[in-house]
Amino acid sequence: MPEPQTVDKARLDREFTELYRAHLRDVYSYSYYRVGNHHDAEDLTTQTFLQAYRHFERAQRESHGRPLRPWLIRIAHNLAANLYRDRSRKPQSALDDSGPIAALHTTEDLVQGRDELARILEAVDQLPDDRREALIMRFALGMDNREIARALGRTDGATKVLIHRATRQLQEIVEAT
Amino acid sequence: MSETNFESMLRRALAPVEPPADLAERLETTLQDLTEMAADELESWELSAMRDPRNWARPVAAIVIGGAAGTGLVLLRARRRAAQRRSQTGVMDAAEKALREVFSEARRLAR
Repeated sequence: MPEPQTVDKARLDREFTELYRAHLRDVYSYSYYRVGNHHDAEDLTTQTFLQAYRHFERAQRESHGRPLRPWLIRIAHNLAANLYRDRSRKPQSALDDSGPIAALHTTEDLVQGRDELARILEAVDQLPDDRREALIMRFALGMDNREIARALGRTDGATKVLIHRATRQLQEIVEAT
Repeated sequence: MSETNFESMLRRALAPVEPPADLAERLETTLQDLTEMAADELESWELSAMRDPRNWARPVAAIVIGGAAGTGLVLLRARRRAAQRRSQTGVMDAAEKALREVFSEARRLAR
């Protein structure tokens, strides 16, 4: 008969596998929009899940059944901040938009709206970090205010205001160009 | 542009990005490797740890501290009972009973 500790470990590994399968795209999308290229996004995603794996048991215990996506995004957020600090740089180029946009939009979209979408992406890049992150979480990951608040370590009210201001500022930038 | 239209454009601009097809597989392999390495490391540490005299300090200290605490407890209980009886019987009786208490308390703790 297997030891209880072995059973727990097996259960934990199984649950972690489910977690990363469910949220791999979220973490990758966040990383991509945060760092601006696929190579660093891949690195950041891998590091995020390795770190998450190390602290998974505690996170599960302390989450009291709440979703773990904000926790994962918070790890990615901290690692991305470290990455910039270490390299003392922002993304070197605007988002490498040919990949995701070409892959996820129809031909008609590409003809009619590509310029506009590209202008929006450039404007997103000009936002202050916290506003840019809030918009990525809301629109790329579809997170609600509460999840974003948990990921950013803010209150629900402050997050709602942040998203509203970010959207308004972004619209002003786009309309001014 | 209305706010709703702008949000809809924003949603299209920030469409989710699919990770490379093999990323999940590579990540799974890395995690599996890490788990196995951690298990191997722990096992070899446990075996080698007791061969190294520097790692004996902890178990020895635990035995010494545990032993001292046990002895202290035996003496304390025996003295308390002896003091209770001294007030009721003679000095010799009390000494004999105290000695017996020390032995029986020590036997009880040793079990």
